[in-house]
Amino acid sequence: MLDAVDRKLIVATQAGLPLEREPYRVLARQLGLDETEIIARLQSLLDSGAIRRIGAIPNHYALGLTANGMSVWDVVDGAVADVGARIGALDFVTHCYERPRHLPLWPYNLFAMVHGRTRDEIGHKVREIAELIGPAARAHEVLFSTRILKKTGFRIAA
Amino acid sequence: MSVVDPTGRAIINGLQGGFPLTQRPFRDAGAKLGLSEDELIEGVRDLIAAGQLSRFGPLWNAELLGGGVCLAAMAVPSERFDEVAGLVNAHPEVAHNYERGHVLNMWFVVSTESAGRIAEVIAEIERETGLAVHAMPKTREFFIGFRVEV
Repeated sequence: MLDAVDRKLIVATQAGLPLEREPYRVLARQLGLDETEIIARLQSLLDSGAIRRIGAIPNHYALGLTANGMSVWDVVDGAVADVGARIGALDFVTHCYERPRHLPLWPYNLFAMVHGRTRDEIGHKVREIAELIGPAARAHEVLFSTRILKKTGFRIAA
Repeated sequence: MSVVDPTGRAIINGLQGGFPLTQRPFRDAGAKLGLSEDELIEGVRDLIAAGQLSRFGPLWNAELLGGGVCLAAMAVPSERFDEVAGLVNAHPEVAHNYERGHVLNMWFVVSTESAGRIAEVIAEIERETGLAVHAMPKTREFFIGFRVEV
């Protein structure tokens, strides 16, 4: 679990690292800690998965990848682990999750978010996924976003 | 893409993770990308200023921070769509909300500081709108190659 110092570190970095030659030293000074402790904590937060990665976080829309398509698949339960692992390895899929079905309205149990420049491009990529899955997928659909109704970043209170 | 210069492309394609935990991380990361320390810092600043990077730093995993995250979907009658969007978006816990082309036409993410709050927010939205909210929590996450190529 996170302690109070970890939480201060989250608050101090959730908008990004200082863009300075010695960013961890700058952070250390802000938080009243040693640079070596900042580095050790970030490493242990990476190791535990609390930090997924450190680096450039792209804005898909500004990079022209405006056609996000949520592909959803009804995959035979026993095949989800294998299929999910293979979809996750595709470089155009940014999220791949298993989720519960809501029958009869919603038969789909595997979600793969596909980003692309056009709907056509996404259509091609979804067909690529369909070929990869084969008969383990009984049905699929692609839900395109037609409007962004709200978008705010992840925030944790100070 | 033409809108990103070669420095920007090197940063986006080469530095979506693995930023070094060293005293001079921009120097060390730049060496691998063929950029000087200051070129890399300037390049990151330019990409942020252009909006092409949301930010540069750690990507936190909200769930492992003790919070809750849950995707939810609603089937909203078209004549009530804007009214319901307003009710849903008024919750600060609703981080993203998209209209999508499906019977389930409103898809949003509920993000809370405590996992237990998710069910409360969903119940509040159901009460306020009189519509069913279908919670779609992830039951398994698959490893993702995280690269966006430009």
